[in-house]
Amino acid sequence: MRDNSTVAVHDPALLHHFAEPQQQRDAASLGMWVFLATEVMFFGGLFCAYLVYRRWYFGDFAAASKSINMWLGATNTAVLICSSLTVVLAVWAAQTARRTLLIGSLVLTMLLGFAFLGIKGIEYRDKFVEHHVPGASFSFEHEEIPGHPGQYANPQHAQIFFSLYFVMTGLHALHMIIGLGIFLWLLIMAWKGRFTPEWHTPIEIGGLYWHFVDIVWIYLFPLLYLIDRHK
Amino acid sequence: MSAHSTSSPLKMYFAVFAALLVGTALTVFAARLDLGPFNAPVALGIATVKATLVALFFMHVWHASEKLTKLVVISALFFFLLLLGLTMSDYATRLWS
Repeated sequence: MRDNSTVAVHDPALLHHFAEPQQQRDAASLGMWVFLATEVMFFGGLFCAYLVYRRWYFGDFAAASKSINMWLGATNTAVLICSSLTVVLAVWAAQTARRTLLIGSLVLTMLLGFAFLGIKGIEYRDKFVEHHVPGASFSFEHEEIPGHPGQYANPQHAQIFFSLYFVMTGLHALHMIIGLGIFLWLLIMAWKGRFTPEWHTPIEIGGLYWHFVDIVWIYLFPLLYLIDRHK
Repeated sequence: MSAHSTSSPLKMYFAVFAALLVGTALTVFAARLDLGPFNAPVALGIATVKATLVALFFMHVWHASEKLTKLVVISALFFFLLLLGLTMSDYATRLWS
């Protein structure tokens, strides 16, 4: 423990209820991790529902999955991985007081985030055009089950796949939109020069959030886009 | 992160970035091969390696100075697997009777 009376000047970035800057940083990131743990449960329920129905209606899920453009999904995976790199670069730039790199990385992260949402939009548009959106105009007739020639997928079961597809990717996209809002705020703060090597907590915990959203996509991509692609 | 040199994390970040891109290419490639019953386990295995790399190195769990962070990560994972494990053990065994 540090005796406060021996500290001549109190670090202005250090809040009074923390003993030292490291403890303050640890407390902030621990809080963010607790929030992310609740997010694991939030997405976890959907992953669980997906697994149950995929086991029941595997052939129908494979046929429905095949109708999605997997190259758009693969490109989006690469886009998110690039954005995760720009986020760690932003955190490092904040730690080492590199203003240009910090602002550049934040701008690049946002551009990649918009690129992801744009590609997602193209994909959703295809699904609307093909009447693969669950609801009154849904249609999935005469779609063969991969590896079973002459056997057609049950449209009702395919609709369950597309419901899960839209809810899971939609919820993920909502997280991306919120992430873009957070990064816009980080960019404004960085532009105003608010972050120092001593205090850049918002960059660190905003980065944790962005990486988490990336991890969710890392699982969504093979589960939704790559069922039985070899058949 | 402790008092490492300033260039060492950058090298590590780019190495993890390259590994993540290779993993993505590998997933797409493996999905187009007929691996019998192993297509799904291989895809999920690659995804888990990628997710672990992101968590350990980009989210700094590996270097976390606070042990509680690791505790939170592990308990989140534990309860998620509990959810999947108990649910699937029910659905997978319903036809046994």
